[in-house]
Amino acid sequence: MSERFYTKSHEWIAPATGQAGISQYAQEHLGDIVYVEVTALGRDVKKGDTVGVVESVKATSDIYSPADGKITEANPALGSQPDLLNKDPYGAGWMFTLKPAGAFAQGDLMDEAAYQTYLKTITE
Amino acid sequence: MKTTSLYENHKALNGRLVEFAGYQMPLQYSGPIDEHMAVRTACGLFDVSHMGEFTVTGPGALDLVQKITCNDASKLALGQVHYSAFLTERGTFVDDLLVYRRGEDDFFLVVNAANCAKDWAWVTAHNTAGVKVENISDAVSQIAVQGPKAMEILSGMTDVALAPMKYYWFAQGKVLGAKALVSRTGYTGEDGFEIYLDNADAPKVWKELMKRGEKFGVKPCGLVARDTLRLESKMALYGNDIDDAHTAWEADLGWIVKMGKGDFIGRDALAKQKETGITRILKGFVMSEPGIARHGYPVFVDGVEVGPVTSGSPAPYLKKNIGLTYLPVGKSAEGRVIEIGIRGKNVKATVVPTPFYKRQK
Repeated sequence: MSERFYTKSHEWIAPATGQAGISQYAQEHLGDIVYVEVTALGRDVKKGDTVGVVESVKATSDIYSPADGKITEANPALGSQPDLLNKDPYGAGWMFTLKPAGAFAQGDLMDEAAYQTYLKTITE
Repeated sequence: MKTTSLYENHKALNGRLVEFAGYQMPLQYSGPIDEHMAVRTACGLFDVSHMGEFTVTGPGALDLVQKITCNDASKLALGQVHYSAFLTERGTFVDDLLVYRRGEDDFFLVVNAANCAKDWAWVTAHNTAGVKVENISDAVSQIAVQGPKAMEILSGMTDVALAPMKYYWFAQGKVLGAKALVSRTGYTGEDGFEIYLDNADAPKVWKELMKRGEKFGVKPCGLVARDTLRLESKMALYGNDIDDAHTAWEADLGWIVKMGKGDFIGRDALAKQKETGITRILKGFVMSEPGIARHGYPVFVDGVEVGPVTSGSPAPYLKKNIGLTYLPVGKSAEGRVIEIGIRGKNVKATVVPTPFYKRQK
């Protein structure tokens, strides 16, 4: 099974750990990230709900939940080191932990291969 | 969509191009923080060719400039430049600009790109004496070289004496053999120069500045860095901090208003307001809780919503989040705690003296 699944809005989730964040493509596109906030910490959310915000120097970007569930954790390191999202978006730069409502269902999330294909279609 | 003479240079440097004031302009190259820091510590290059340039020459030139601007152009020596504004009859802003005095009756005006057409219409409408005015914006390119290493990088390329040139003075000469006007001015708060060139000459000057600047750490810089640099130095941006709804006194720009020089458009309104007093004033603040204030976010003083944030962003050099806003005069003292509405939450900020950043001499 793919380690990570992706949304069309460039969030990822790793079902094994429940960790989620923004993709490599997203961080490149946003540029220098200077502020991160998980606004839905502690709340039950539905797939597609706004769960946080990532701010670059110039702009703010809403972050959407990749699945239904409860946001149980926010990465504490991002308060003082928001640029971890740029440096290591899949590792130390994880944004939040989502405990799914039931068993994880892929639904319309893309696996790694499908996401890479998707990226090709939007960057041409 | 227009492009500047440096369009190919920006593409070659992988500049991310966006539409700005009708031109394809680079938003950023290596990244806004990298570019901002390059200007503060080494040198940054900016394509500012989109700016507008007008000339006012011949008989009556000084009188016209005096009538349409609020600063005193009669005090400009030849080779001197000052910051000024076109004001409405209400004493509010049409635009801010630089006024260069090239001769007794020879003035070179540099205006904001976004206001070029509006300013030109305004200047010609007020030129009731038929003074010779020309809009040469499309023929002029401009490169800003900003940072502590700017002089070292530019020195070998020009016959203009840079070391003795004082801040807000200029000279005409040659840069790489091309006709140029070089001024010790800028929109970054660092030492540096703005070079005005014919369009055809700009690409080679840009390339040579990049080449000579390489060992000093020169970086090409885009619009995002331009905005964060000027905000740290508390330089106003038309459309944000100054506009036709706020007077020169309210914008804290009284220092460019010379009431004693004689009549000028807006003088009467400013005189009246001086007597009655202003009720609001432009002030700087720093966020004291996590959060970034941005243009348009609501501002609260003692729980009451006042004007919105006029400019706000992270300050990469200071590593704080800063902004400007109009506050009620009685509630605008340094140290006052205000709140900025960010995504529905009120986040605390403190009023501070400005500029937020001032370079070492």
